[in-house]
Amino acid sequence: MFENLQEKLQRAFKSLRGQARLSEENIAEALREIRLALLEADVNFKVVKELIDRIQAKAVGQEVLTALSPGEQVIKIVRDELVETLGKDTARMKFASQPPTVVLMAGLQGSGKTTTSGKLAHWFKAGGHRPLLVSVDVYRPAAREQLKVVAQAVKAQIYEGEVGEANTATVERLVKEARREAIVSGCDVLIVDTAGRLHIDDELMNEMQSLKKLLNPSEILFVADAMTGQDAVRSADEFHKKLSLTGVVLTKMDGDARGGAALSIRQVTGQPIKFIGVGEKYDALEPFHPDRIVSRILGMGDILSLIERAESQIDKKKAEEMATKALTGAGFSLEDFRDQLRQVKKMGSMKSLIGMLPSIGPFSGLQKAADNVDEKQINRVEAIINSMTMHERNHHEVINGSRRKRISRGSGTTVQEVNNLLRQYAQMKKMFKQMGKPSFARRMAGMKLPGM
Amino acid sequence: MIQTLFGSTEEKKTGLFERMKQAVTRTRENLAERIEEVVSFGKEIDRNTLDDLEATLISADLGSTTTQEVLGKLRDKADRKQIKDVQELKRLLKEELLAILNAANTTPVQRVSGTPEVILVVGVNGTGKTTTIGKLSQVFRAQGKSVLLCAADTFRAAAIDQLEIWGKRTGTEVIKTKPGGDPSAVLFDALQAATARKTDYVIVDTAGRLHTKTSLMSELDKMRRTAQRIIPGAPHETLLVMDATTGQNGLQQARQFTQSAGVTGIVLSKLDGTAKGGVVVAISRELGLPVRFVGVGEKVGDLLPFDPKEFVDSLFE
Repeated sequence: MFENLQEKLQRAFKSLRGQARLSEENIAEALREIRLALLEADVNFKVVKELIDRIQAKAVGQEVLTALSPGEQVIKIVRDELVETLGKDTARMKFASQPPTVVLMAGLQGSGKTTTSGKLAHWFKAGGHRPLLVSVDVYRPAAREQLKVVAQAVKAQIYEGEVGEANTATVERLVKEARREAIVSGCDVLIVDTAGRLHIDDELMNEMQSLKKLLNPSEILFVADAMTGQDAVRSADEFHKKLSLTGVVLTKMDGDARGGAALSIRQVTGQPIKFIGVGEKYDALEPFHPDRIVSRILGMGDILSLIERAESQIDKKKAEEMATKALTGAGFSLEDFRDQLRQVKKMGSMKSLIGMLPSIGPFSGLQKAADNVDEKQINRVEAIINSMTMHERNHHEVINGSRRKRISRGSGTTVQEVNNLLRQYAQMKKMFKQMGKPSFARRMAGMKLPGM
Repeated sequence: MIQTLFGSTEEKKTGLFERMKQAVTRTRENLAERIEEVVSFGKEIDRNTLDDLEATLISADLGSTTTQEVLGKLRDKADRKQIKDVQELKRLLKEELLAILNAANTTPVQRVSGTPEVILVVGVNGTGKTTTIGKLSQVFRAQGKSVLLCAADTFRAAAIDQLEIWGKRTGTEVIKTKPGGDPSAVLFDALQAATARKTDYVIVDTAGRLHTKTSLMSELDKMRRTAQRIIPGAPHETLLVMDATTGQNGLQQARQFTQSAGVTGIVLSKLDGTAKGGVVVAISRELGLPVRFVGVGEKVGDLLPFDPKEFVDSLFE
């Protein structure tokens, strides 16, 4: 894949040694690399240009620090600039002084408006509110049915109403009815899910405008796909011009998109990204952290998200039990080993996990190694252990030649693979035992982690 | 077979071509305008010109690697002063892009005669799989072929209802199961029914999934194996539906879906917006995957065949 930005910058600055200040000439190459990195992350080309100009203005004239390499120094400037662009303020939802507070969802087709509406309803409920959902997507087949299922899943109230003819008049009638329903049934928030539309579809954009006029919403949220490329600028700009958006929800952030669209959309609308969607479950809606996405955009890993993901997926108690067991030498059985493998599997593919790490410092080389990791290997090892008896798992020393043959047949592997696993397991066990000894801990304490 | 379907309808072809041109007009005007703008900076094509051109191609979502490769060749020629003007630069650029799209692998589908052709439709969430299937079944129905739809998206709320509405619109039967059911099981039922009835095509709708979710991706692998057991060589086509607004993550999508689901072609959806869909050039370049169709609207007839030459021609006319 692509060389990490920091590595590129390090190379670009090789010639800089011995110079006192960053100058236009000596950072030109670095800016070129930054520009390409931002473009590769799908930040819009014009937005990139503006960012580069600002970064250049800030960098030129700065003294070359001794504490940081010039590469790191520039990265810091870039990072600060991007975080600032995205806005440091934690975005809050606005509420109407007179309930119900209306939240109007807007966006292109397939950006995730309906799912996000459900997640928002869940979020409001968790905050002690009573949301009412209504879908005015009378155009797409089964769109309203979809919101109904979503509402059931999050146990939120929904106003269904009757559609009749699929046109703007129906849409307007539905929201009026839904608003009355909210007041009557004591719901303090009304979430209006709308049909996906192209920003150049005048008819449907007019419909949005009339919805805005009718509802006077406190929030008009633009729901955008994190995988969006250069066009993000145009659609967001059009939606903002016609509707004066109040915020953005960036969806599908649980994938591996670098998410440069976040910068583009923020830049053209000036509106904060309020939430990110990070999964298909209805609680997978998180507040937005500019610093984290900046690392991701720059290809420098998202360590915090990785840690959070690991924390949420790994059964902590189990892990601790296992660690104690292993370190006290109380026996780390093949059964434990299998449990550990399963934990790793739960966290998702090794490649995507490693992809969240920065490809520099102690982690360099990992990305390349990840390409060689055979995900299937984990399954094979699991199959081998599954084919052992409980006694064998706890007392690996009893596994003789004929048992090995049986295990390999049972797991669809070869005797060599079984041998390999047993050998690796024995090594691991030995290593754990050593780690548990006080002398090892002392030695570790005296060591500094490289590059941290 | 998909790629030969449109060959027979000569009189229709101009109509389709016109519409496709319309769909890419915005892209074309934009790109052409920018190239003009970029190149008219100075009379000589210097390094800066090409740098800006690079950004121009990237802003059409071609991605930096593909852009570098294409421009690398032009840069050499420009350095040796072999390219004299904008017109020539455009022509050469067009040639390079076309060469990439033409190199895509378009081996015809192999199927045992008398058995249904199975088309598996995959993609990340919200790209337009179900809509594409609705339109695709209309294409086959218009050819007088029998089609069976398989609602294997048992996960997303109301996905089955959505496919059924498309089934009604196009007069196509839908084989389905309960929401939350096993996708491979409903696929099994659909293929058995199709075999018994000697249906021409079975189009399989799958749940949208991010390509990073390992377990969901291996579900696709399981579906493939199920299909193979019932109909030899199935699925004959695996279409990856990609949203034209997708940026460089499209490459990653194509890589992962090809690895897990054996993608044979791309459907570029939502090309009626302002997005350029240039990432398909990068995908063709790296994976040799052809674009089979483009989606240009929400109506039943809004699916058009993709022709690399027409596509690039309309970009640079």
